[in-house]
Amino acid sequence: MRHLMKPLDFSTEELDQLFDLASDIMNNRAKYAHACDGKILATCFYEPSTRTRLSFESAMLSLGGQVLGFASADSSSAAKGESVADTIRTVSCFADICAMRHPKEGAPMVAASKSKIPVINAGDGGHEHPTQTLTDLMTIRSLKGRLNNFTIGFCGDLKFGRTVHSLVHALMRYDNIRFVFISPEELRIPSYVRDELREAGMPFEEVIDLEAAIGDLDLLYMTRVQRERFFNEEDYVRLKDFYILTKAKMKKARPDMLVLHPLPRVNEISVEVDDDPRAVYFDQVQYGRYVRMALILTLLEIKV
Amino acid sequence: MLNVGKIEEGFVLDHIPAGRSMEIYRYLHLDKLDCQVAIIRNARSNKLGKKDILKVECDIDILNLDVLAILDDKITVNVIKNAEIVEKRELVLPEKIYGVIKCKNPRCITSIEQGLPHIFKLTDANKRVYRCIYCEEKFNGRFE
Repeated sequence: MRHLMKPLDFSTEELDQLFDLASDIMNNRAKYAHACDGKILATCFYEPSTRTRLSFESAMLSLGGQVLGFASADSSSAAKGESVADTIRTVSCFADICAMRHPKEGAPMVAASKSKIPVINAGDGGHEHPTQTLTDLMTIRSLKGRLNNFTIGFCGDLKFGRTVHSLVHALMRYDNIRFVFISPEELRIPSYVRDELREAGMPFEEVIDLEAAIGDLDLLYMTRVQRERFFNEEDYVRLKDFYILTKAKMKKARPDMLVLHPLPRVNEISVEVDDDPRAVYFDQVQYGRYVRMALILTLLEIKV
Repeated sequence: MLNVGKIEEGFVLDHIPAGRSMEIYRYLHLDKLDCQVAIIRNARSNKLGKKDILKVECDIDILNLDVLAILDDKITVNVIKNAEIVEKRELVLPEKIYGVIKCKNPRCITSIEQGLPHIFKLTDANKRVYRCIYCEEKFNGRFE
């Protein structure tokens, strides 16, 4: 039995198989409509989420399975002080697979160690969010046709953004990728990530000016400056609108540059950009659903 | 010069960085043992200038000395029998450390989950980096 805790749990070959399966699901929906008949997905969400939880639920329902779960710690036995280990032992008796989000880092791993069913980490604090990374990779692979030979810019909060760190790590396994980190000084990519890139011999540069960098990029990964990561409201207010991607800036980008964003978006991408065909952040959500469908089938070892 | 007598059977931890003997004392749970323990702090040392020394009169094999290597692999472990040094034990970085280092990350699941052992894994032997297996927080080299 396998779990998914981190994006690097799967080898690049396994990821290829997963993305191939997701593509096949996308193109042959009817073929998979009953693949999970009689199976139940438990969504154990100890903190609120819109996209991820609905994406998991939609994925299971689209496979013919059913879902149960809770959407906040308050509505589960965690409010009574139940441990994660005990909760998953119970959930294991009711469901065939579990997607867990928890504010504490490592909670899904504790669950996996006690579980009788596959556990998927659906986000654990600022630590990992592997299905977002799978979604990002799937989007790039589907729309660019490859996961190598490109320049990717990450823009915004590169210090606290777990999706950025995870995607950088995942992309380090592919050839000829150049990273451009675009952030204010206060939100630079952590030094340990820079060290890892240097050790791996991956080229990268750090810049502050988005407009100056945008013309060199094949992909632009925008991120939100997250209020909850700041101790000081003043710093948040100062930095939250540091980058705003506008139509004018998009004019300086290559005609085939894609804009990704893990969402939710606040101000960092102006709504006027949404109609640009290069803005693919809502397609990304759609790819997320297919990749989660593929993941559920893979972890349940269901072949169609 | 301070004189502390020889021990008959036990071990001597020598070349402990000055000031860190109490950390080791607590980590090895020497306070729980009913045996003679001598803690020598700030002893003169040709090699280090100043050093700490621990002399413990008990069977060395009842203690887990693995984590000493994390603290400082230059600490020497002398096993004593019949008041003679019979072995100089090498310190090797353990792959995993169970229940010794506490994860300091307030966002780590170990901060709330009852009965969950704190486990650290060696992730970079050259740089002597240990990380919490749950949240991957780096161990900062201090036990407390």
